[in-house]
Amino acid sequence: MDFFQHLGKETRGGFTKLGRGTFFLFYTLKGLFSIVVRPRLLLNQMYSVGVLSCLIIAISGLFVGMVLGLQGYYILSDFGAEETLGLMVAASLVRELGPVVSALLFAGRAGSALTAEIGLMKATEQLSGMEMMAVDPIKRIITPRFVAGFLSMPLLVGLFSAIGVLGGQMVGSGMLGVDEGAYWSQMQANIDFYDDIVNGFIKSLVFGFIVSWIALFEGYDTVPTSEGVSRATTRTVVNSAFSILGLDFILTALMFGDD
Amino acid sequence: MSQSNTQDTLVGLFVAAGIAGLFFLALQVSNLSSFTEQAGFTVTARFENSGGLKVKSLVSAAGVKVGQVSKITFDPKTFDSVVEMRIFSQYDNIPSDVSASIYTAGLLGEQYIGLGKGSSDEYLKQNSEIEFTNSAIILEKAISQFLFKSAEEKAEEKK
Amino acid sequence: MGDSTRSHNSLVAIRGLSFARGDKKIFQDVSLYIERGKITAIMGPSGTGKTTLLKIIGGQLAPAKGSVMVDGKNVQRLRRAELFNLRKRIGMLFQSGALLTDMSVYDNVAFPLREHTRLPESMIRSLVLMKLQAVGLRGARSLMPNELSGGMARRVALARAIALDPMMIMYDEPFTGQDPISKGVLVHLIKSLNVTLGLTTIIVSHDVVETAHIADYIYVISDGKIIGEGTPEEIKHSTSPWVQQFMEGSADGPVHFHYPAKEFQNDLLATGKRY
Repeated sequence: MDFFQHLGKETRGGFTKLGRGTFFLFYTLKGLFSIVVRPRLLLNQMYSVGVLSCLIIAISGLFVGMVLGLQGYYILSDFGAEETLGLMVAASLVRELGPVVSALLFAGRAGSALTAEIGLMKATEQLSGMEMMAVDPIKRIITPRFVAGFLSMPLLVGLFSAIGVLGGQMVGSGMLGVDEGAYWSQMQANIDFYDDIVNGFIKSLVFGFIVSWIALFEGYDTVPTSEGVSRATTRTVVNSAFSILGLDFILTALMFGDD
Repeated sequence: MSQSNTQDTLVGLFVAAGIAGLFFLALQVSNLSSFTEQAGFTVTARFENSGGLKVKSLVSAAGVKVGQVSKITFDPKTFDSVVEMRIFSQYDNIPSDVSASIYTAGLLGEQYIGLGKGSSDEYLKQNSEIEFTNSAIILEKAISQFLFKSAEEKAEEKK
Repeated sequence: MGDSTRSHNSLVAIRGLSFARGDKKIFQDVSLYIERGKITAIMGPSGTGKTTLLKIIGGQLAPAKGSVMVDGKNVQRLRRAELFNLRKRIGMLFQSGALLTDMSVYDNVAFPLREHTRLPESMIRSLVLMKLQAVGLRGARSLMPNELSGGMARRVALARAIALDPMMIMYDEPFTGQDPISKGVLVHLIKSLNVTLGLTTIIVSHDVVETAHIADYIYVISDGKIIGEGTPEEIKHSTSPWVQQFMEGSADGPVHFHYPAKEFQNDLLATGKRY
């Protein structure tokens, strides 16, 4: 009986949290207009969310592309199909690894920082203080961060995939001797703009939305103690990872399922 | 103030780099550049069997890409596969009596349409139909035919 | 001073207030009045919901029963925009200061001005320097909040709280954890702001000496009820043993030294239990 009672309690807790999260998202989106009036708020957040994530994204993209080049070459050369290396690297990056790995890195780098920042602001009464100064903390603090996360994600994914493709080319034709022309032409002939690039872009938008939402809500919903903030930060990374991978499966099934 | 200026510059660089990456993917990695700029006209061909041909499969003449498949439908009256293909407009002087065959690139590769030779004075234009067609070689069919034949031959030898 | 005159001249009037957090009753039928232009102190031991009271006055929390009138407006009935307009006229000093940690002292004090006014930057500068001068920290304008001592942080927060020239200011435990000099500075500041700006002042505190020194009127709260009120002089000579214990700071009295427990002897003999 204890087990079911526990399960019921957990379920109820999960649902109320989802409800709070939905309201939170609603108020966050309601504040969008304030960004139009004050673009500087957004610009500052683009810096801490986007620019500061650039380095880790670029380096990871380079290495992922290089590894794909190596692994792909060894597998493809067994079939005498080294020329399709470009296709393999680009398809894996553009469809899957670009959006998913960038989003996971983004959750670890920017998402956890956002949660900790908002959580600490709550713990040190900064949000409450703002409210007492008649400033809506959601509009002033949350919305700009949300928009910055949502906009940064596709840019970071673009950076990641582009650098990855170049990294694959570096290893493939630079070290392993795949013909450079074949690398690019096989890629161009088979990567479709709408099916692959646009779908990857949509994925990145969805991931940016979900990671920013989770990170900010966890921060806002923190128990205002140092333990609470640390738990919330962990939850951000874990829940983001689950959501990214689960949504990736659903999106892939929807996008690439037909053909 | 100078601190916020560098910040602005960095954000600008970040946005520019991200957009450049996306453009790179769109133009350099995908086929966007190859088919958006190509105007063309549509011709049809009827095949008994179009095999593994797909929309966007290649149409080539003597190994040169001259167009791509735009639509494949089934005609329930004649049991034919009706393939519409888009020929790039610079190839507006292909004789109207060319043959179209479905080939396979490599043993396991993609299937494509190869245009043969023709001698007519008239050229293919919008909505013209290619009359001479060779269907796809279905690998299973070919193998079973071959096995059947060789079995027959062996049986005859024994007699 | 009769209750009717106090309620007549009050900026904040709380009537029949009840508030509970979960099963715990924080306030039961509390009524109190904050007079215009005076310093009113609300005192009581830790954990009696003094901060909660300030949040109720500011409209951040809603009471279960009773009404809270601020400047003739029922706080709980206000729309969001009206509530925000009211809050612009109320300054609040949080216990931690609640400075925005990603901004300098200057930007912190400028924050409410930039959020709520469209003043040119030059005028904001003059205003900020004036407010910082008032708390004696004009020289610390470029420091970040983490470079300030606790007392300085509170003074910056005070400068921020008066940035919009409010009609009322609420102090949440302003003296807690301060060294004697900081305490002295804050006492002096609170009093002088009250006098020079005519600010209605609410102090929530359990620091008896400092508070009694500057307060015009004191409410003593315990267990969700008001158990004593009056001028500092009246409170000092209160006949209530509880108020006496609180003001004197004796270890035992009506509030027992021991947390409620069963008989000590029996507890020791009850072996086999972990607690």
